[in-house]
Amino acid sequence: MAKPASSRSRKPAAGTAAPAPADHNRERPADPKPYQASKEELLEFYKQMLLIRRFEERAGQLYGLGLIGGFCHLYIGQEAVAVGIQSALTPGKDSVITGYRDHGHMLAYGIDPKVIMAELTGREAGISRGKGGSMHMFSVEHKFYGGHGIVGAQVSLGTGLAFGHKYSEDGGVCVAYFGDGAANQGQVYESFNMAALWGLPIIYVIENNQYAMGTSVHRSSSEDRFYLRGESFRIPGIQVDGMDVLACRGATEEALAWIHAGKGPIILEMKTYRYRGHSMSDPAKYRSRDEVQTMRETSDPIEGIKKALADAGIKEDELKSIDAEIRKVVSEAADFAETSPEPVAGELYTDVLVEQY
Amino acid sequence: MPTMNMIQAINSALDVMLERDPDVLLFGEDIGYFGGVFRVTDGLQAKYGKNRCFDTPIAEGGIIGAAIGMGAYGLRPVAEIQFVDYILPAYDQLVSEAARLRYRSGGEFWAPITVRSPYGGGIFGGQTHSQSPEALFAHVVGLKTVIPSNPYDAKGLLISCIEDDDPVIFMEPKRIYNGPFNGKHDEALKNWAGDPSADVPEGHYTVPLGKAAIAREGKDATVLAYGTMVHVAKAGIEDSGVDAELIDLRSIVPLDIETIVASVAKTGRCVILHEATRFAGFGGELSALIQERCFWALKAPIARVAGWDTPYPHAFELDYLPGPGRLAAALVKVMED
Ligand SMILES: Cc1ncc(C[n+]2csc(CCOP(=O)(O)OP(=O)(O)O)c2C)c(N)n1
Ligand SMILES: [Mg+2]
Repeated sequence: MAKPASSRSRKPAAGTAAPAPADHNRERPADPKPYQASKEELLEFYKQMLLIRRFEERAGQLYGLGLIGGFCHLYIGQEAVAVGIQSALTPGKDSVITGYRDHGHMLAYGIDPKVIMAELTGREAGISRGKGGSMHMFSVEHKFYGGHGIVGAQVSLGTGLAFGHKYSEDGGVCVAYFGDGAANQGQVYESFNMAALWGLPIIYVIENNQYAMGTSVHRSSSEDRFYLRGESFRIPGIQVDGMDVLACRGATEEALAWIHAGKGPIILEMKTYRYRGHSMSDPAKYRSRDEVQTMRETSDPIEGIKKALADAGIKEDELKSIDAEIRKVVSEAADFAETSPEPVAGELYTDVLVEQY
Repeated sequence: MPTMNMIQAINSALDVMLERDPDVLLFGEDIGYFGGVFRVTDGLQAKYGKNRCFDTPIAEGGIIGAAIGMGAYGLRPVAEIQFVDYILPAYDQLVSEAARLRYRSGGEFWAPITVRSPYGGGIFGGQTHSQSPEALFAHVVGLKTVIPSNPYDAKGLLISCIEDDDPVIFMEPKRIYNGPFNGKHDEALKNWAGDPSADVPEGHYTVPLGKAAIAREGKDATVLAYGTMVHVAKAGIEDSGVDAELIDLRSIVPLDIETIVASVAKTGRCVILHEATRFAGFGGELSALIQERCFWALKAPIARVAGWDTPYPHAFELDYLPGPGRLAAALVKVMED
């Protein structure tokens, strides 16, 4: 928890809605449309996706140099998902929670690349003061609730965040991201039931990148159309092209409209792909080079938006100057993360409990 | 005799047991097709088929619950939890079901399951990939907990665990999978080859549960350790110049208290070393047992060297994981006490 709760006296809003009738033609969200982005918005999407791509490439290099240790999961290939979805949210009002593959979600929420990179290298200036590392990062200011290493845990936590939004009537929505692998954890279904029962404002985003570590979806999942996973809880789902930022944004608009109309939780299954290994030490023996290459060549989200940019009349030169600007931002973040000091030893014992442990 | 590292020795134990007993089954996250994140089950699905070595969804509660049911039905499942940090969703199944089934059925049913799981620090895994929760299992009446420190023991102990009719947690020290840890993080790993314990017979043999090993003889103090910390202890004892006896517990439950008591009665001094947090750690139990049985032989207070009482940190791993320096200092101090 981040801030003290404002009031304990308010009556719970949850649990008061009448149960929905058991009809078989219940209401469904409309088919989402690709988002009609303005020229400025297109440029912003491009910038953000490129920032994530270049940031992650640099994180990979720092890992190779031994400056980042342990576990580091890159978001390369999946950029359109976080950028498309989070562009529709209001930072500071809507909350976001995700798993350990969290750098992209933080960047898409406008969190400073420097403090993210410094957390990866375990420095004092890191967003968790060096104590969390790549998988465990948080930002109160942005209502970004982490960064969680235990697969599936964030789904239940997100359900609680959504309860918080509803209870405090702040109009916010929680977006809880998890993977195709996480979707098989029992607590996901405990959460679905509660969210539907209590009509919570939450978008469950399943980032289906088709692998959970070394195990492909078809080896782990009896129902691999994840958008259907909420059916027995009466939570509707939409399958989305997660390699297309405009489709991601369009689906989010639809999901938000559903929630804002008071219709409760909704699931978005984003079909996406990760180009890199699961983490940095992945022998990648479970899929072929060709498969990865084909995805890169045919579905890359950044290449994809370039067509829309050209149609909007944006010149190659303008993109080049954006590229240069982003390289600079990423270099600065890396320099900062390499040169800023390590935490002092006393920090080891802070933040265990409220008082010094 | 073939030379094996820990990974190969554990793989060999699984291979031997799959071959000998058709009721033995292996399953867990990524262990089948992919061969496991640490490659421990490499090749076993190809050799024994998908019925006997298979992938599960990411669902620890379900994995362990199903293993217990299989065990009650007469199979001998060996489940892998990819990192022991992820065992907690299954803790309810372990505590309320696996550990209690025999008692509450008056001996009618039990679950002869083995849960293998890598544990411990030293790979910069942060909070969720570094912990040593052996005390959480040791405290549960009805579970056994085993922790090897070298390839020979790993294979022989694991076979004993699988053949054992009780539920056993087999914790694998991942820091020393590929080579013994000399306690110095900045030095490259030494290969297991050349270490006498890396000579591992190919076939079936057992190392009994509940029997500690004397890893080094000595007369002036006793050091108790298990898993990765056995290697830290060796280095620490050398550095300290104290002629200490090193006991590798090998299993926490059942515990070989006789070997410990005999040693402390001889040396009169004892240092307990583990990487788990200190407060209410397994060292607390060891210390109480020794005090109860060796009080009049003790020449100095029992010392504990352990992980600091904080969550496992990302930035401070080298300070957190006990190294030879901390053990040596504790040894020197108990000699002065
Ligand atoms: C409870 C738990 N079990 C297992 C793991 C190990 N683990 C980490 S990531 C992962 C795969 C998850 O795949 P998915 O949910 O598809 O997410 P992706 O990595 O593809 O983004 C596994 C098995 C874990 N961190 N936590
Ligand atoms: Mg996945």
